[in-house]
Amino acid sequence: MTTTSMPGPMPAFLNENPKDRVRLLGVRLPLLERVLLWIMVVALCAAPLFADGYTVYEFGKVLMYALAVLGLNLLTGFNGQFSLGHSAFFAVGAYSTAIMMEMLGMPYWTTIVPAAAICFLSGFLFGLPALRLEGLFLALATFALAIATPQLLKFEGFDIGDGEHILSIAAITGGVQGKGLDTPYPPEWLNSIWLAATGDDLSVDRWKYMFTLIVVAIMFWGAWNLVHSRTGRALIAIRDNPLSAKTMGINTAIFKSAAFGVSAMYTGVAGSLFAIMDEYLAPESFTFAEAIKFLVGGVVGGIASLFGALFGGWFVLEIPNLADLMASSLADFINNPQGLTGLIYGLFLIFTVYVMPMGAAGLVQILVRKVADKG
Amino acid sequence: MKLAFGTMVAMAALALAVGGAEARNAPGVTDKEIKIGNSNPYSGPAAAYSSIGKSIGACFDKFNAEGGINGRKINFVSVDDGYSPPRTVEQIRKLVERENVAFVFQTLGTPPNSAIHEYMNRKKVPQLFVATGATKWGQPDKFPWTMGWQPNYQSEGVVFARYLMANFPNAKVAILYQNDDYGKDYVHGIEIGLGDKLKDMVVARESYEVTDPTIESQVVNLKNSGADAFYNVTTPKFAAQAISKMAELGWKPVHYLNSVSNSIGSVISKAGFEKSQDIVTSFYLKDPNDPEWQNDDDYKAWSAWMDEYYPDGDKTDAFTVYGWSVCHTLITTLEKAGNDLSRENIMKQAADLKDYKAPMLLPGITINTSPTDFYPIEEWQLARFKDKGWERFGPIIAGAVGSGS
Repeated sequence: MTTTSMPGPMPAFLNENPKDRVRLLGVRLPLLERVLLWIMVVALCAAPLFADGYTVYEFGKVLMYALAVLGLNLLTGFNGQFSLGHSAFFAVGAYSTAIMMEMLGMPYWTTIVPAAAICFLSGFLFGLPALRLEGLFLALATFALAIATPQLLKFEGFDIGDGEHILSIAAITGGVQGKGLDTPYPPEWLNSIWLAATGDDLSVDRWKYMFTLIVVAIMFWGAWNLVHSRTGRALIAIRDNPLSAKTMGINTAIFKSAAFGVSAMYTGVAGSLFAIMDEYLAPESFTFAEAIKFLVGGVVGGIASLFGALFGGWFVLEIPNLADLMASSLADFINNPQGLTGLIYGLFLIFTVYVMPMGAAGLVQILVRKVADKG
Repeated sequence: MKLAFGTMVAMAALALAVGGAEARNAPGVTDKEIKIGNSNPYSGPAAAYSSIGKSIGACFDKFNAEGGINGRKINFVSVDDGYSPPRTVEQIRKLVERENVAFVFQTLGTPPNSAIHEYMNRKKVPQLFVATGATKWGQPDKFPWTMGWQPNYQSEGVVFARYLMANFPNAKVAILYQNDDYGKDYVHGIEIGLGDKLKDMVVARESYEVTDPTIESQVVNLKNSGADAFYNVTTPKFAAQAISKMAELGWKPVHYLNSVSNSIGSVISKAGFEKSQDIVTSFYLKDPNDPEWQNDDDYKAWSAWMDEYYPDGDKTDAFTVYGWSVCHTLITTLEKAGNDLSRENIMKQAADLKDYKAPMLLPGITINTSPTDFYPIEEWQLARFKDKGWERFGPIIAGAVGSGS
């Protein structure tokens, strides 16, 4: 599970001059097209702001999931380590934000950076001992983390008699009851600008989307730089051939732990955004199924790709809804159509993997190359 | 400033007038239709509850076939949330903001409902008659848009406490409970019911995790405490284990089994009828398996509906009785609301049910709500296990607990 089995296109940028970096999926774009591309990106990002409340919320969630998936991509796609336990880091991020907001009275936006630091640290620390484990064994260790998380969040501490408990985790996480959070209202100045521009108050959902967009954009920018840096190349080298990476003087132990930390940080920040977005957390939100969701998103988007994570985020949020819709449209023919949602989702997944064996990013790359070749 | 004040008054009056006109009907209400949202675990770990959602749908089918409510048919949009709170948030937001349902009804489970509790109240969309027994659904001052339906777990604890104090005032009580929201709600109930006598009467408490394989050691500890009354707050698997272990130990206290586990099929018959004699429990709905009701008109109406509208349903499944009964409660509320189907009025009518006898409630139990009482059902009748079935005894007992406790 270390070297050759890793799918994903061999990043061509490794042997290029970094100055030529501004390329889209391997195709160099002329200046004009580059500008057009950026305008298009900005327009696409802003478009949901003019949709109805639920659509804005949905797009915010897509971005949030994309960030979580990106965390896993950095670990699996770029460093070749597996994790089935990223729901745990998602939970650490979410609960860090919740606890900082509720117990320390911090405003929601100030919790992102400390939550990221906490997640990085917990990922790094988990990564250290886990380093001895390779491939499937690491996957198994992280799986243990995933199934322990919801129960740990409910842990009520040790009974020391008289109904008193010590070391209670539930006391700070809210336990089974869950934790409700304050609504993140938009800042006054932004609201007044929005009011002047559109004649309407800036709704909480729109603000949450903007906030999420900003955080996610910064994180993607960071990931892009990381992957294209010396460190990024070291991570990829470890993935492709740990032995020769070591020979080249790369401290694989530190780099692998750091990759785990960064990956946990990305997924953790997604967790923070999740807490801010839903304003409610419960241990049931962080089950093993959530970890699998990230993995699915990573694979269908293209595990060794940054922007594939966006497609992955969209896929894990929207395809279950689509499956739900298709299942209920069968109501006239079969009993309990809702019970078939999982089946239809599975069919979608199989189809996607067959059509796009390298994920969405791989497919786009092939298409773009074809078009570029013809041009 | 005077002018400004006058303008403000005029504007306020205008706003009121406009607001009044707009508030007449909720979104999702037309002359032909009332759109109602619901989420239910049709898949996932709690899928056994899906028969509640299905029976409610079948019940609305019957009303629609008979012409609907004031000529309006019910469009019941019931979606799957797999008992996962974040999924419930997504689904309910979609129902409220995109499907434009008038309100949501019978969303199922404590964690899923907790996840949307704040949202529904901020949006001022009724979260009516939720399908969970937690006590927190009756807080009209803090959450005026949320209301439960079934008697809450605490009220059952109160009922047993009253029974004990009336018949066994010197009992020594042992408590076994599941260590979660549900178990603690029950324990809190008996604490309220016993009041000052709590410290004298309760001699032992043991808890277990829902993931534990067995509770035998807890039962041994409770027996050794010398208790002669046993408050058994366990889910079906553990309830059967406790009954068996007690028989093995020869421990014969006054045994109260919580209603969560009073199913003959999944608990009593597994533990054995011999070992289960004289266990006490509570009911508020008619048990469809009870031969006493076979000639009852109420039962026959339910049975005929099951045959016609929900033929795949399991007639021994108490959830179908539950769905039938709660569906009628909603229909009655909507009928009371008449042609003013604003969200405010629907909530107001739900909080104004007086002595309403919903079908399949036990004789003597009625639904009562008021603007300060958001607990529709608060009464129970005790039953004792004899031979092969439950025999109800004694009067209807009210277990009302303070709102928001």
